[in-house]
Amino acid sequence: MSNYRINIMVCGGTGCLASEGDKVIRNLELILKARGYDKEVQVVKTGCFGFCEQGPIIKIHPDNVFYVKVKPQDAKEIIDEHIIKGRKVERLLYEEPNMQKKIEEHENMPFYQKQLRVALRNCGLVNPEDIHEYIAFDGYAALGKVLTKMTPDEVIEEIQQSGLRGRGGGGFPTGLKWKFTRQSKADQKYIICNADEGDPGAFMDRSILEGDPHSVLESMAIAGYAIGADYGYIYIRAEYPLAIERLNVAIKQAREAGLLGKDLFGTGFNFDIDIKYGAGAFVCGEETALIHSLEGKRGEPTYKPPYPAESGYKGMPTSVNNVETFANIPPIILKGAKWFSSIGSEKSKGTKVFALAGKVNNVGLVEVPMGITLREIIYDIGGGIQHGKKFKAVQTGGPSGGVITEKDLDTPIDYESLMGIGSMMGSGGMIVMDEDNCMVNIAKFYLEFTMEESCGRCTPCRVGTKRMYEILQKITDGEGSMDDLQNLKELSHMIKGSSLCGLGQTAPNPVLSTMHFFWDEYVAHVNDKHCPTGECTGLAKYKIIPEKCVGCTACARVCPVDCIEGEVKKVHVIDESRCIKCGACFNTCKFSAIVKP
Amino acid sequence: MQIKSLDELKKIRENSLKKVNLRQTGESDSPHTEILVGMSTCGIASGARETLNALVEEVNNNNLMDVKVIQVGCIGLCHSEPIVQVNRPNEKPVVYGKIDAQTGREIIKEHIINGKVLDQYVIDADFARP
Ligand SMILES: Cc1cc2nc3c(=O)[nH]c(=O)nc-3n(C[C@H](O)[C@H](O)[C@H](O)COP(=O)(O)O)c2cc1C
Ligand code: SF4
Ligand code: SF4
Ligand code: SF4
Ligand code: FES
Repeated sequence: MSNYRINIMVCGGTGCLASEGDKVIRNLELILKARGYDKEVQVVKTGCFGFCEQGPIIKIHPDNVFYVKVKPQDAKEIIDEHIIKGRKVERLLYEEPNMQKKIEEHENMPFYQKQLRVALRNCGLVNPEDIHEYIAFDGYAALGKVLTKMTPDEVIEEIQQSGLRGRGGGGFPTGLKWKFTRQSKADQKYIICNADEGDPGAFMDRSILEGDPHSVLESMAIAGYAIGADYGYIYIRAEYPLAIERLNVAIKQAREAGLLGKDLFGTGFNFDIDIKYGAGAFVCGEETALIHSLEGKRGEPTYKPPYPAESGYKGMPTSVNNVETFANIPPIILKGAKWFSSIGSEKSKGTKVFALAGKVNNVGLVEVPMGITLREIIYDIGGGIQHGKKFKAVQTGGPSGGVITEKDLDTPIDYESLMGIGSMMGSGGMIVMDEDNCMVNIAKFYLEFTMEESCGRCTPCRVGTKRMYEILQKITDGEGSMDDLQNLKELSHMIKGSSLCGLGQTAPNPVLSTMHFFWDEYVAHVNDKHCPTGECTGLAKYKIIPEKCVGCTACARVCPVDCIEGEVKKVHVIDESRCIKCGACFNTCKFSAIVKP
Repeated sequence: MQIKSLDELKKIRENSLKKVNLRQTGESDSPHTEILVGMSTCGIASGARETLNALVEEVNNNNLMDVKVIQVGCIGLCHSEPIVQVNRPNEKPVVYGKIDAQTGREIIKEHIINGKVLDQYVIDADFARP
């Protein structure tokens, strides 16, 4: 093996690859070769670093220097300056926006300081397409330990003691689920990894599969041993081609190394894994629907009980666990339940990965200990709200969750406390909204999603979400009434109470929670025909304040329908009857002379 | 090769560690020794790259997992290049001048492994990491 003295880690996550990360990798390799350094320096393509907003990301070891927003043409300077001469490329270092200071080591970035990486431990650290790198970082040691030194009951006991709860949304104790599945008597049992990840805006599971696929394979084998299954399926949406590709490579390598297949670790235990593709329907993330889809039937949920633990895939006892849940298993086995349960809050142990999105500065993937506050996530890790705007709300739990407002920002995050403030943990999507976001519009966005994703089995969910969406559309068009608000509430309770699966039971949550916290905003829409944020274009009225207008003509020139009149250096006026509310003039005026609502 | 026991897994792990040993994991706060090599134009001209590669090779050959060889920029002591600085945890940094590949190997053997400073090559300088 060559003696590499430098490792250039380049993010190979979907986000960074989309911004030409693959070209960066190619250029680095070509230039290294041209300079004759390819035997001393290796380029390693890793999984997501989480800092996708600043991608493509490069980290150089052992110097421990972190470069952001690297373009393909920067490869030359990185090699000629940093690699050959040991001089940092200042301009590519991350600049902390609040202190305007360049930071070279990623441990010193506020974005990483409050994070604790358990499920994401190998993302950005290993080459996901090389099983040896995974093994170097203790990979498959947990499987080896479990098979050679523990009984299945001891494994289950360890997971129960750790306090690990399902990361797919429900928060059901993982050890208990395994115990129930173990106790079900049958000749054949199955492990299923739920990699459907349907929550819009969430990409935790995808990133784990892309950045550390072996950790999921290893854990599925551990789970198989614990419950008495010799086969596992990964149900993944076909829209995740990179994750699928990496999984295929990983499965092949694991089989070649004898870590999947027959007689693992010489113990006689067999376990193998197959990948199944989903078409990307949200409801297929629900475990019973998922199992039907896997069996080749329609992806519709059925009533529980019986739970999959008793009767799942092909009627056999099945444990369905989420990707992130699995990624936590090996460290628990190796470091012990005590270590894991020392992290987190009273009832929620360990860490949670969130996909931070919306109006925060550092959009990306973050993993934090349970019990941290939303304020810490949004302000310390997320770097606060973009463009210095005001925070308004944050949605957790995706289309099943609700909004959380300023007054609850200091609530420590765990399964129970988020329920307590009217939202839920969900799978980890976290969308931050600022003063420009209209809450009625947000509710409409989620309702449109659930309406389209409803499988249609139950009338309240199928028809009810459509009616709710229509009412919300009416309100944002300025045609709503107070009766409509009342109807929304009634429909919400009816749908929640009479739907079969979690999709319908939670679909009205975004409406109920925005109504609860932003009732005034709803009333303004129906009574005053006014959208306080101006986001509902149907209600927007653009006006020029005569005192502020200096007559620069900029607005008149951008107006697509030429409805702004005025001469140079004279006050301009908008003809409201012709205005199509595109907002172009508002964004153009440098003198704040145009007001929106 | 098929892995059929914990020992075999361990062996593969040890062989693979060299490949990833350079990488800092968030957890490795265990103190490690740093060997800094000046890689300025003058350093390279006087053979710093050969020195550097010799150091890396010795570190790997001796399985020194807690030693990191890091290149740094010019420090303005061109007359003594190649310059090598050894930072051992809780010890005053030692700066060596005019270190070729051969002396580099000696540094690993004597200073890093046996803890004996090679006085004859020590120069008087502050070589802080830029
Ligand atoms: C509408 C709906 C969608 C769901 N989507 C997902 C999903 O995308 N991924 C997931 O892991 N769990 C999803 N779940 C939860 C699963 O039904 C199941 O509880 C979970 O996969 C169990 O794994 P865990 O215990 O590890 O969380 C969804 C549930 C519902 C009701
Ligand atoms: S609640 Fe909605 S998604 Fe769930 S089974 Fe009924 S119709 Fe389908
Ligand atoms: S851009 Fe603003 S200042 Fe200029 S003419 Fe239009 S309203 Fe007046
Ligand atoms: S909002 Fe658009 S259409 Fe209306 S006045 Fe401004 S630029 Fe013209
Ligand atoms: S995809 Fe590169 S940092 Fe997330």
